[in-house]
Amino acid sequence: MKALRGDFLTYATGYGLAMLLTGAAFALVYYHLAAPETAFAAILILGLVQIIVHMRCFLHMSLQRSARADLMLVLFSTLIIAFMVGGTLVIMINLRQRMM
Amino acid sequence: MARVSEPELIHAGLNLRNHSPAALRRLESDVFGFWVFLMSDALLFALLFAVYGTMLGGAPSADSQFKIGPAFQETWLLLTSSFTYGMVSLSLKLGLRRRWVALWLGVTFCLGAGFIVLEVSDFLDMFAHGATPEASGALSSFFVLVGTHGLHVTSGLIWIVLMAAQMAVYGLDDRVKINLIRLGLFWHFLDVVWVAIFSVVYLRGLLA
Repeated sequence: MKALRGDFLTYATGYGLAMLLTGAAFALVYYHLAAPETAFAAILILGLVQIIVHMRCFLHMSLQRSARADLMLVLFSTLIIAFMVGGTLVIMINLRQRMM
Repeated sequence: MARVSEPELIHAGLNLRNHSPAALRRLESDVFGFWVFLMSDALLFALLFAVYGTMLGGAPSADSQFKIGPAFQETWLLLTSSFTYGMVSLSLKLGLRRRWVALWLGVTFCLGAGFIVLEVSDFLDMFAHGATPEASGALSSFFVLVGTHGLHVTSGLIWIVLMAAQMAVYGLDDRVKINLIRLGLFWHFLDVVWVAIFSVVYLRGLLA
């Protein structure tokens, strides 16, 4: 029973944190709490933290041995995504600046 | 079919009775295979994000069409549906009766359907203001990115209906449980994608 309460707490914590982080990101925009650039940087960080919370609490990624294969797959995919998205944006934005 | 019990929390909801190592390994590889699919799907979304990013300079942009209210409501619905799907997994793990699993699945379905209804009405509102996909590259890439996510949620809703049918016909046997676990991964994954969408697309657009 104790383990199951732990599982429920994992979901509840995940939901609470997700709500908090989402609320913070929307509040930044809604109440104009910061300059646009600062606000966007903060939103990106909040989003990243929220994705990690979702991965941990809802998708049960963990650093334990039993889930290592999943973790490796996710980390490798993240690396590929970073290369592809980052590379695309660098090349295309650079191209746009040169065409101006 | 051998039934197995879960040694520890690897994937919540893996509650198959009568532990057998072979069955557990098969289940682990089934879930791992689904992770491989999810990550290839993540690549698809990542490249749609990249396309959206390169199209941002285009005019008319989607930015002026964003409304913070609907975006927040959609986010709330999807986040809450992720939590209620967690309750589906937990009911499975607890070995609760079928109706509890069905109840939480039903709640998840309603929240997901609410998300789709809001998103479609938001799109229609944008169309009414002349922000159609053919108006500019920025708008095309916006509708492809957000629309692809919406289609994924829609297929998730269809999947929920199919799971309800499987539960009604077969009961909660091992195969149905594994399918419910995979559906859970899919549903939580769509939530992760939505976090990226509201941060990078909606909130950035509202700041601009």
